Amino acid sequence: MQSATAPHPDEALLRPIEHPGKGFYILLSILSVILIFVGVIYFRQIVQGLGVTGLNQPVSWGFYIINFVFFIGISHAGTLISAILRLSKAEWRRPITRMAEVITAIVLAIGGLHPIIDLGRPDRVLHIFTSGRLQSPLLWDVASITAYFTASTVYLYLPLIPDIAILRDRGVRPRWLYEFLSWGWQGTEKQKKILERAINILMVLVIPIAVSVHTVISYIFAMTLQPGWHSTIFGPYFVAGAIFSGIAALLIVMIAFRKLFHLEAYLKPVHFSYLGSLLLVMSLIWFYFTFSEYLTGYYGHEPNEMRVFFYKFSGDFAPYFWAMILFNFVIPVALLSNRKTRTIPGVLVASVAVIIGMWLERLIIIVPSLANPRLPYPTGIYIPTFTEWMLFLGAVCVFILGFAVFARFFPIVSIWEIEEGRKESAQIVAKRVASYMPHLPEEPERPPSSNRPEGGPS
Amino acid sequence: MSRWGMVIDLQRCTGCGLCVIACKLENNVAIVGPEESEKGRTMLWMDLLAMEEDAGAHTRQRLVPRPCYHCDNPPCTKVCPVRATYKNKEGIVAQIFPQCIGCRYCMAACPYTVKSFNWYRPSWPQQLRKTCNPDVSVRPAGVVEKCTFCSHRLQLAREQAAAEGRELREEDYQPACAESCPAGAIAFGDLDRPDSTVSRWIRNPRVERFLEDLGTEPKVYYLREVD
Repeated sequence: MQSATAPHPDEALLRPIEHPGKGFYILLSILSVILIFVGVIYFRQIVQGLGVTGLNQPVSWGFYIINFVFFIGISHAGTLISAILRLSKAEWRRPITRMAEVITAIVLAIGGLHPIIDLGRPDRVLHIFTSGRLQSPLLWDVASITAYFTASTVYLYLPLIPDIAILRDRGVRPRWLYEFLSWGWQGTEKQKKILERAINILMVLVIPIAVSVHTVISYIFAMTLQPGWHSTIFGPYFVAGAIFSGIAALLIVMIAFRKLFHLEAYLKPVHFSYLGSLLLVMSLIWFYFTFSEYLTGYYGHEPNEMRVFFYKFSGDFAPYFWAMILFNFVIPVALLSNRKTRTIPGVLVASVAVIIGMWLERLIIIVPSLANPRLPYPTGIYIPTFTEWMLFLGAVCVFILGFAVFARFFPIVSIWEIEEGRKESAQIVAKRVASYMPHLPEEPERPPSSNRPEGGPS
Repeated sequence: MSRWGMVIDLQRCTGCGLCVIACKLENNVAIVGPEESEKGRTMLWMDLLAMEEDAGAHTRQRLVPRPCYHCDNPPCTKVCPVRATYKNKEGIVAQIFPQCIGCRYCMAACPYTVKSFNWYRPSWPQQLRKTCNPDVSVRPAGVVEKCTFCSHRLQLAREQAAAEGRELREEDYQPACAESCPAGAIAFGDLDRPDSTVSRWIRNPRVERFLEDLGTEPKVYYLREVD
């Protein structure tokens, strides 16, 4: 723990790992207590049956499926954003990518468990493997979520290796952990080349997988004949919504860690302004999709479609529907389109609004279609019970716990990428600009040695 | 091969609800009690739907018996992840209770909302326990169930016919609802045999099926009521 002689330039990133402090253990115990309680509640559901939820005959899907779609949606924060930023060689990505990737891994694990929580017979879940039908959209889900989870955990782990090696070399405890996970990383040229190659392959691979995941989740609904679900726009609509909520979650996490770990030197207002602009764009895209979806339904005026439409627009679900429009469109657009409010507090408010709004969107997509069956049944009312609220709380706690444990053992900002950025980004960017900018004055004020006319990454 | 189907004559139907009771007893459908029923968890394989008909100047309420429609193109079997529901060779949309994982996707996909879920372990009042039918398995908690056209009766009828060395006759296999209907409003039989009662009934001009435009091809027909 004391082997470092000269202070590391990124001391701020290493401190939480080398000197965890009391806060971590307090948080850990609070979360554990809550999670044990939630575990008991879930155990009761297993013993007694799904009757302990508020689900009923027309409304056969509720909180669990909403949270499934919601959490998997957030997972798009991560890997997708990090991959796109890396791919587009955005230099400002360096302090952000790690957090984004961690969100994906944790949230995918949480989201992926929700369908199992929702099963009436979780003991039979393996039937999906022994006698699964590939014709069922649920199987497509299993396949693509598994693929995404694998790809994104590897994509989280690979850029982590050099950082783990840094921790190993500083003798941070538990040594065996870093010894094992660093895989003999010495930072040789060859190792660097292989790592870079692997990251490049993965970041390209991860984008189509991420898009497929939420597309296929939307297919669960779109493949049925139910009014409000049977829509071709659902694939892209869900993907856009997922990226939207993902960026919001990423911003909240960034602001939280900036505050907790004092990362003001790493996460500058410019990062929040850039990501805030991205959130604004996604908000507009989300609104465009929502508008098209509902206008198409309304204009056709098919009676069953209209029952669901008015249930949302002016019926029982109107408060949620209009709250969704407020949280997903009005608030973020108002705050983020103005440079004066696109500050860190402004971005935080917009992100929290978007998270609430996107959760409401999932609720509004799932419940009203089920609550308005075509044949004249008594209309279903769905009121979630204590059990469902507790399991929701549990999911949020697992999210915080996952982050706390990760940040306790691994740097939350990629140290080696920051270091690399400090050394090379100015040159890389200068080279890149030189490669496409016409009539650039030959010699800017930097050392001229590396200023060849072409050959840099474009 | 037979193609089992049902025709319900709404002109004859009095809405007495005997089919509902007969079905419930025949198939050991759980009795959930008033509180659960209030939550919308009543289990009925045969239900009576209160439909409002717009007959010009006045609207009229009527009760329509609703079994599972055993679609020829069933939306529920398509989405099942584990083949716990499927259409068998004779057109009956069957449920395999020990295979069902309880994901309730089929419930969400059924445009007629006919499926019920065992939210708790099924139970019966003490007095009714002895009336349970030994031919029908009792479902565990956490699985989906629905009308099977009393397919256990088909099995028994087939064995009986084979033992007597004869063909299966129409009266050998009748589901509980058709058998119990005091008004004779429910006909059941083989849609592929032109001389069967159901085949004769569906040639009636009053014939209709629910939500036909969805293309699900239900095998339960109704004969519309006329004044």
